Amino acid sequence: MIQFLQNLIDAIALGSIYALVALGVGLLFGILRLINFAHGDFITIGAYALIVPSADVTARLLIGGWPWPVMIPMICLIVVIVALLADALVFRPLRRATSPTLMIASFAVSYIIQNGVLMAYGSRPKAVDLWSGANTQVLIGDLRVPMLQLITLAVTLVLMTALTLFLKRTAYGVQMRAAAEDFRMAQYLGVRGNVVIGIAFAISGILAGVVSLLYTTQSGSLSHTMGVPLALFAFVAVVVGGMGSLVGAVVGGFAIGLIVTMLQAYLPPELRAFRDAFAFGFVILMLLVRPAGLVPARSTFERV
Amino acid sequence: MGALVEVDGIHVRYGDLVALRDVSLSVAEGEVVCIIGPNGAGKSTALTAIAGGVAPYAGDIRVGGVSVLGLRPEQVARLGLSLVPEGRHIFGTLTVEENLRIGGYIQGDRAAAKADMERLLALFPRLAERLRYPAGRLSGGEQQMLAVARAVMTRPRLLLVDEPSLGLAPRIIDQIYEILLDLRQRAALTLLINEQSSNRILKHADRIYVLRGGRVQLEGPAADLRDGEAIRHAYFGFGEAPVAPLDAPA
Ligand SMILES: Nc1ncnc2c1ncn2[C@@H]1O[C@H](COP(=O)(O)OP(=O)(O)OP(=O)(O)O)[C@@H](O)[C@H]1O
Ligand SMILES: [Mg+2]
Repeated sequence: MIQFLQNLIDAIALGSIYALVALGVGLLFGILRLINFAHGDFITIGAYALIVPSADVTARLLIGGWPWPVMIPMICLIVVIVALLADALVFRPLRRATSPTLMIASFAVSYIIQNGVLMAYGSRPKAVDLWSGANTQVLIGDLRVPMLQLITLAVTLVLMTALTLFLKRTAYGVQMRAAAEDFRMAQYLGVRGNVVIGIAFAISGILAGVVSLLYTTQSGSLSHTMGVPLALFAFVAVVVGGMGSLVGAVVGGFAIGLIVTMLQAYLPPELRAFRDAFAFGFVILMLLVRPAGLVPARSTFERV
Repeated sequence: MGALVEVDGIHVRYGDLVALRDVSLSVAEGEVVCIIGPNGAGKSTALTAIAGGVAPYAGDIRVGGVSVLGLRPEQVARLGLSLVPEGRHIFGTLTVEENLRIGGYIQGDRAAAKADMERLLALFPRLAERLRYPAGRLSGGEQQMLAVARAVMTRPRLLLVDEPSLGLAPRIIDQIYEILLDLRQRAALTLLINEQSSNRILKHADRIYVLRGGRVQLEGPAADLRDGEAIRHAYFGFGEAPVAPLDAPA
């Protein structure tokens, strides 16, 4: 029982990360119909901004060495700038393009970022120790929970609440929900399309920045493709949750976290190497049963 | 006195399909002008073009003397023009109140927008009762009212209304026209309205354009067209030779 609870907590922590990534992806999909493959690379950029650019194997901390009240906003700011640049240079000129064109453009952005990182930092993965206290165990009853998992969960809850309040209570939030539902109509009413899209990119940048910190702290290593599997699982989460629903993206993220963790824990050892194959098998099953996803939505921001 | 809107010989096409050919029309400050025409005549295309939703490939559109070609819809909206599109395009997952607020943001003055909303809600008691409802749950008539109220929240000088009667019961249509004409007085609105049929509009409009096949077939003061013969002629194209035989092989 304790073991199961322990696994459950692992699942929730992993699911939180996927949920945050899926939110960033879902937000842009909702408003732009953009499936942003570069989101994972936004995360990579946030992670590499922590260290001094060089091809050395041992990483020296740059921003990562700053006190966290400065470091966290700084990393988020850098990722936000990258996200806004991607919009201004690539996606804005393609405003009238179809969804597949946008997706292919995002592949291009993804490769450019990966190669940029490769040039500045070299191709070898690097070890970073961002915070050695991360694995301190906190005792909750009989459960031993790593500090980092608690923080991940708390951060996820805070970000989701903040995003919900933003979308519900602020002028730009309401405009964003309207634009996601009917972009052209929102424009007819004077909503500035490019501003709203820019804000969506900025929010997705903040989410990616936070994930880069949580993920790097946990994994302790950097590579120029580190964001790719995160983005991949996030896309699966978005599809499982229900394409075009933010609540769905979150639910999907947690569902994927749960599936992956439980397979890791309970698959016979000789099958564990195929964990992801089983996970995706599950996803296909889920989609056969509920083709519209777990939370099929008429609008991206419904019931957020 | 210059025209509020001048459409000057515009041509619009969607891919290979030419939707408007050399269409000119104008609306003066304070007028109620109606465009009527059958299905596919190009009425919606004309209003959409004025609102910046589709770009003509020839001709010019001026609002208050300024060309709006190349402007985005949100920029045209800032010139004091608001479109109530065909099919209403309510934000169904937003509440009624949020739908109205969207219209008000353009003013950049919260207090003024709030005051506008309160004044408007006095005219729309049905909406006032349902402020916190998701707008998608309103009836068709209520949604049409909301679409009109939302457009008026932008404080337009010119309201473009595309087939306000679409799919509504006659009693509701009467109410909507009553409100449009009432708003015209209160908010000093100029109205450009699309309709498929001329029944109601002949009573209310100052001037009428009949559109068919993407061309203006007839225009004139409503008072001169009341007997209906000229309109029927322009609308259906009877008497124009050669007319394709109706019983042509399908
Ligand atoms: N977005 C579009 N893409 C392609 N063709 C379009 C589009 N919108 C309209 N059309 C075509 O342009 C022509 C004019 O359409 P429009 O909607 O302006 O007519 P309408 O007079 O408003 O008709 P209705 O009374 O049915 O609303 C039609 O042949 C229509 O099929
Ligand atoms: Mg139409």
